[in-house]
Amino acid sequence: MCLGIPVEVVKINDEETALIELTGVQKEINIQLVPQVKIGDWVILHAGFAIEIIDEKEAEKTLDSFRELMEASKSATKKRN
Amino acid sequence: MDSILLAHGSGGKLQSDLLEKVILKHIKNPIINLLEDSAYLSVNKSKIAFTTDSYVVNPLFFPGGNIGKLAVCGTVNDLLCIGAKPLYLSLGLIIEEGFDYERFEKIIASIASEAKNAGVKIVCGDTKVVEHGKGDGIYINTAGIGEIKHYFSPQKIETGDFIIVTGNIGDHGIALLSERQKLKFKTPIISDVANLTGISDILFKNSGIHCMRDPTRGGIGGILKEIALKSSIEIEINEKSIPINPGVSSICEILGIDPLYLANEGKFIIFSKEEKIVSTLKHTKLGKNAAVIGRVIKKDQKGKVILLTKVGGKRIIDIPRGELLPRIC
Amino acid sequence: MLNNNIDFKSKFADIKLIDSLINDLYRIAKQNYIIMEVCGTHTVAFLKLGLKSLLPKTIRVIAGPGCPVCVTPQKLIDYSISLADYAIIVSYGDIFRVPGSFSSLEKVKSKGKDIRIVYSITEALDIAIDNPKKMVIFLAVGFETTAPATANVLIRAKKLNVNNFFILPGHKLIPPAIEYLCSNGVNANGFMLPGHVSTIIGCSAYQSIVDKYKIPCVVTGFEAIDIVTSIYKLVEQINNKDARLDNTYSRGVKWYGNPVAKENIATVFRTADSEWRSIGCIPDSGLELNENFHKFDAMKKFDIKLSNITIENNCCRCGDILRGIIEPEQCANFGNKCTPEKPIGPCMVSSEGTCAAYFKYGKT
Repeated sequence: MCLGIPVEVVKINDEETALIELTGVQKEINIQLVPQVKIGDWVILHAGFAIEIIDEKEAEKTLDSFRELMEASKSATKKRN
Repeated sequence: MDSILLAHGSGGKLQSDLLEKVILKHIKNPIINLLEDSAYLSVNKSKIAFTTDSYVVNPLFFPGGNIGKLAVCGTVNDLLCIGAKPLYLSLGLIIEEGFDYERFEKIIASIASEAKNAGVKIVCGDTKVVEHGKGDGIYINTAGIGEIKHYFSPQKIETGDFIIVTGNIGDHGIALLSERQKLKFKTPIISDVANLTGISDILFKNSGIHCMRDPTRGGIGGILKEIALKSSIEIEINEKSIPINPGVSSICEILGIDPLYLANEGKFIIFSKEEKIVSTLKHTKLGKNAAVIGRVIKKDQKGKVILLTKVGGKRIIDIPRGELLPRIC
Repeated sequence: MLNNNIDFKSKFADIKLIDSLINDLYRIAKQNYIIMEVCGTHTVAFLKLGLKSLLPKTIRVIAGPGCPVCVTPQKLIDYSISLADYAIIVSYGDIFRVPGSFSSLEKVKSKGKDIRIVYSITEALDIAIDNPKKMVIFLAVGFETTAPATANVLIRAKKLNVNNFFILPGHKLIPPAIEYLCSNGVNANGFMLPGHVSTIIGCSAYQSIVDKYKIPCVVTGFEAIDIVTSIYKLVEQINNKDARLDNTYSRGVKWYGNPVAKENIATVFRTADSEWRSIGCIPDSGLELNENFHKFDAMKKFDIKLSNITIENNCCRCGDILRGIIEPEQCANFGNKCTPEKPIGPCMVSSEGTCAAYFKYGKT
C-alpha cells in the first residue's frame, strides 16, 4: 500500500520542495511533512512526498543487529550438525 | 471485451488475444502464422524478408530521438532479426491538419539521415492528411524489404542455448514514460533508439545464433514469454546479470514499475549456441553492455520463464498485462 | 555517517545475511505458521524477490487487506466513472484497471473520457490550476502513508483559493482493520506490519492490538533482509508463545511516528466508518473531510446519482481469503468466472493479490 524508496536530499529549494538524488537521477519532491530535513539527509520518498527522515544511527544499529542474528544462527547451525 | 483499449497495443496479453482471437481467425497462412518480426519469402530463387511497422509514439520528440528516427530503426531492426540485410523501405505518413510544418520537416530530415546511416533506400510512400483533432500530430508506417543472409527463427532454438541481450534494458521505456507523465528528472534518461546495422556483420558471421528478437513493446519479459510459449521451451533468467542503467532502475523503483516490461528500441534478445559473441559485441558502441542473462533449460509445453532473483529466490515472469503506470502500492 | 557514494539501499541488500538467516529458519521452524503481510507492498516485494521458494514450506505467508486496489469499494469507482461526465478524473495508476460494478476508468477512458494517471497528487492540483474552467476530481485512495500528501495539497488548495479541485475520499486506516480481523477470527499466527504506514502513525498505534489479542507483530521494512528478519522474529515469538511488538524498521519508524504528517491529516480529515471491498463496513476505519474542508468533497459538490445501483458481488469470497480462512482454489469463482482478465473480487484484481498471484504463479 505504500511504495517508499530511500533517496538523498542534495538541495533544499524552499520550505516546500527539495531536490533529491538516487544513483545519479535527480527529482524535485515535497518536504513539508519533514520540515527539519537538511542537505545530506536520506528520506523515504512516497508519491512525491518525503514522509520521514532516515535515522542513520538506527540504520547502522539495525545492520549490526542483523549481523548478530546471523552470527548467532550460524553458531547454532554449527552446533546442530 | 466490447471495445479496443490502449492495452491492446502495448505488447501484452490483450494484444496477443487480439491477434489470435480476431486477426488470425480471418487471416491465415503458413507465413503469417509464425508471427515473426519479419516474413521469410521465396521469390524465384532469392530469399526475401518483408516486414511492416507503424509508429504512434507520444511525445513525437523525446530525449534521444523522434518518431522519424524510430520509424526507420524499428523496421530496419525487424529485418535484421530474421537475418536479412535491410535494403528498401516504404514510407506511409498520416498527418493531422494543422501540424507544424517545421516539425514535420525535422521528422522527414531525420528519416532521411537514419535511412542513409542504415544503408537503406526509401523507395516508395504515401501521404494522407486527416482533419484536425482526428490524429495525434503524425503517424508513420514503414514497410521494409531485405535479402535473407541467415534464417534466424524461434523454431531453431535448442535446449542449452544462451540468452543474450545486447545492452541496457528499459532506456526507451523510461525516456518516454518520464516525458509523457511529465516526471521532471533533472538528468533525463536518453532513449536507446538506434538501428543495429552496425553490428549486423558480427551477428551474421556468428553461425551459433538460432533466434533474434527486437524487445520493443512488452520489454524483454514480454518477448521471452512469447518465445517460450511459441517454441515450447522453459527459460531461466538470472536477475543479477541483466544489464540496466542504474538511473533507469532507480526510476522504476520510485514509480513502482518492473523494468523487465519496459520497451527497448536499440536492443536485441539473442538465442545462441555459444556465448563468445558477447565479448565481440562488447567492443562495439551498440553492444558495449551486452551480457548473457540466461539459458534455455528444457523443452516444455508450459513455456515457463523463471527468474532467479537477486537474493537467490525464484519467481515466474508472466505475460505483461496492459500499460505500465506509476503506482503507490 | 553512511558513506554516500553507495546508495542507501545496497547497504541493506547483503546476500550473506539473508542466506544464513534463511538456513536457520529451517532449524527453528518446527511447526506450521501462517504469517499475514498486512501491506500489499510487502506482498509485491515478497513475490518479486521470490522469497517463497526459499522459505520452509511450513511457513505460509498470506496477503492481508493493506492494498488500495483490494479494498477500495466498487461504489467509489462507480462514482468516479459517473463523475467523468462532468470533470477530469485524476488517479494513481493502481486503480486504473480496477472494475467497479459495470466499468473501469480504463474502459471509460477508451470511450473518450478525460482520465489522467499521476505519480503524485501535487500534479493533480497543477492540472486544476492549469484548467480553471474545468472541474478536476482526484480519487484519493491509499492508507495513512498517502493521506498526509492529500491533506497537504488540500491545505495548499485552500490557501490558493482553488475552487475547481475536489477529491473522492477513499483513504483507509490500518489499525482498525487489523483490530476488525482479530475480533472476527483471522487465521494467522502473526502480523508483518506495514513499514511505511508506521512511519506516519508510529509503533505505538499497534500496542493495544498486541496486548488485547496476544498476537506477535513486527513492524517491517521492504528490503529482503527486513522481510526475512521479520519472519524469523515472528517464528521465534510464535515458538516461545510470547506476543510482542517488534520493529526491524527503526531507521524509518519512531515510537510516535511523524507528528507533522499526523497534524496534516488532523487538519483536513476526521475518522469515519468505512466500506472495505468484500469485507464490509469497519467502524472508524476511514477518513472523511472535516467541515473546514467540505468544499473539496466531490460527493457533496456533485449530487451523484448512480445510473445503476452498485451490486457488491456477494458470492465473492475474497473477504475469507483476506482473512486467511480459505485458499484461492476453495472459492467457486477462482479460475473460471474470476480470472486476471475478468476479475470479480479484489484478490484477483490486484496484480499482486493472493488470487492473481496464485492464478499466474500457481503453487510455487
